[in-house]
Amino acid sequence: MNYTTIKNNQTIPVAYIPEIEYEDFFGLNTGFLFNRPERHCVNYFGYHVGNQIKLICCIADDTTHQIYVSSSIVNTSEKFDSFTARNLNFEKFEREIHENFGIKYKDHPWLKPVRYAKNRADLKQTIANYPFFSIESDELHEVGVGPIHAGIIEPGHFRFICNGEQILHLEIQLGYQHRGIEQQFLEKKKLLQRTILAESITGDTVVGHTTAFSQIWESLCGFQVSRDIEFARTIALELERIAIHTGDLSGVCTDIAYQLGNSVFGRLRTPIINFMQEWGGNRLSKGLIRPGRNQYPFTPELAQRLTDILALFEPDFDEMNYQLFHLPSALSRFERTGVVTYDDVLSIGTVGMAARMSGLNRDVRSSHPFGLYPEIDHQPIIKHHGDVYSRVQIRKAEVKQSIEYIRDLIQNIPEYDETEPKFEGPKPDSFTLSLVEGWRGEICHCAITNDKGELIQYKVKDPSFHNWLALALAVRNNEISDFPICNKSFNLSYSGHDL
Amino acid sequence: MFDNVKIVYHQGKQFIPDVTTAKVPGIFRGRPVISTEKVNEAELVELCPLDAISANPVSIDLGKCNFCGECAKQFPNKIKFTTDYQNSTNERDRLIIKEGEDQPIEVNQETIRKEIRQLFGRSLKLRQVSAGGDNSCEWELNATNNVNFDVSRFGIDFVASPRHADGIVITGPITENMAEAVQICYDATPDPKIIVLVGTDAISGGIHSGSSALNRSFLDKYPIDLYIPGNPAHPLTIINGLLDLTRKR
Repeated sequence: MNYTTIKNNQTIPVAYIPEIEYEDFFGLNTGFLFNRPERHCVNYFGYHVGNQIKLICCIADDTTHQIYVSSSIVNTSEKFDSFTARNLNFEKFEREIHENFGIKYKDHPWLKPVRYAKNRADLKQTIANYPFFSIESDELHEVGVGPIHAGIIEPGHFRFICNGEQILHLEIQLGYQHRGIEQQFLEKKKLLQRTILAESITGDTVVGHTTAFSQIWESLCGFQVSRDIEFARTIALELERIAIHTGDLSGVCTDIAYQLGNSVFGRLRTPIINFMQEWGGNRLSKGLIRPGRNQYPFTPELAQRLTDILALFEPDFDEMNYQLFHLPSALSRFERTGVVTYDDVLSIGTVGMAARMSGLNRDVRSSHPFGLYPEIDHQPIIKHHGDVYSRVQIRKAEVKQSIEYIRDLIQNIPEYDETEPKFEGPKPDSFTLSLVEGWRGEICHCAITNDKGELIQYKVKDPSFHNWLALALAVRNNEISDFPICNKSFNLSYSGHDL
Repeated sequence: MFDNVKIVYHQGKQFIPDVTTAKVPGIFRGRPVISTEKVNEAELVELCPLDAISANPVSIDLGKCNFCGECAKQFPNKIKFTTDYQNSTNERDRLIIKEGEDQPIEVNQETIRKEIRQLFGRSLKLRQVSAGGDNSCEWELNATNNVNFDVSRFGIDFVASPRHADGIVITGPITENMAEAVQICYDATPDPKIIVLVGTDAISGGIHSGSSALNRSFLDKYPIDLYIPGNPAHPLTIINGLLDLTRKR
């Protein structure tokens, strides 16, 4: 065997991952994905081993619920065949490896910078002299937007090439939010510091990323999680989904100038995040999820509060949705706007909502279940048109689905396990991978320890890492005035991408 | 048309009538109170993930505090977080809470620059810049303008261009990649102008403090007019801070 097979959240000795020649590594991983839509690359990264770079590639198979892990050791002096030339799934990963380690590829189509990480290989490259794609033409013009945008949102630069009002090409340049998260995971030694770091990857997916980190840590330490902890995480993940999806419906209404929808969805988000504050003391769930510990137990009183809140939330949510989805002026802005086809999302390997909008079933809750999801029998919500309408519909349907899940779950609240967790310390020379379905899609964290059990590599992959390219494809041939609604319907993360 | 009116009717009144006295629900972690009880101070200092706690006398720096609440959980008799959300001030020192003190954090009326009251007392337009912010303070800044908090009723608005602004609001620890854009935005804002820092990350760097990917030199160059602590800062903290800075109550 030239690869090893693991399950989600499983820790294995690094030595179990076969180290193979690059040529075989290349054939193996591109072969895994050849004509297999149920498989995709969840993480592919490098780290220093002496003077060389060790590459680790993780391919998830959604039907067997397994992850295939393989590795190869390479030198920066050589030039390699790029995986991307065979399969675009690897495009972003190889750009990142090139940027961080200076590994050269013979046939990568476009090794443009990813985020100008602080520990990149070539410090002469800076964000100020980013090489934008441009077309020589007298008819076309370029529009540059950002890094600071008109609203209160994170920074990023969008460069449009337009023919009149029509967008021919959009290039998205990120990196402004780079805080060196992955490096800080290694530098900060206290568990609480690392947990807070996970909370700060992106403030809109606090539960998602902190759950992934917690699962990594618990698995690395061989810690058995009690049921009440898994219960709390599952409830919190679904509440985070409801809150953000509702907020995004409000944002979409803003972008089509539908004031009533903006106000009603905007205010409907408030009771949900206020409940998070009642439960854990913070509206965006910071401080709630902790490795090995149920920091704020979910009590029957909280369950009653939540039942009441959802009972008030749902009729208002339904009433507003009925109105929105029966409004011809809204539908005309949603339908056939910002289309990404099934073939495109498959080839670029999008995850989560940005895959399910075009008929590609990618949902970690059903394909690599964790927490209490194995008991839920989750059925992902799939739409087929890949347009703004599909993305808005998914949001509406997922909010309803999450409400049902929560109502079922809180029928049986597990008993609070008060025992203070005792961590053994991470196992030495180990590798762990954790997949979590956040509201945006698949979050993947990987960790590697050295012979003393210290972290030597921590890799974070936010769903936005792949999905930004889907936005760039979505706006092609659309009017530039439709860009805001396309952007909002994806609502991708800058900080999660830039790390 | 009638359906729209029906929805408006069903929604009723959603706004918070008085943002200065509104109660926050649940176990909100606002301004902490430190008792004079004797504890193992070294252990307490060591516990804090952001080095916000100092010993002898025990104090918490809310400019560094992440409001994770771990100290209150481990030392419940020593530290309690109250639900007091009015924590903004114009002086950095005032964010440091010492043991035995239980006084609200206030804007020092003596040290506010004169032109702020004169010019921005009835209308304040702000340009927000996210510089490495994790999108939590950004969500809460957006929330200040939803129908619940409705900050525009006070004449406070967030505008699209620095040229239309009376000041900038910075969130995030200011990354190296964003440092130049922050400077350009500040320079493009007409004088006189204010700088407001929202959130622990902006005030001290927060959990990212010490990361080599940051460049916080911008903050050394100019006076800061308002510090709004929190991770993220609560919309009521933000609104009350801006009101305290710009107008007499």
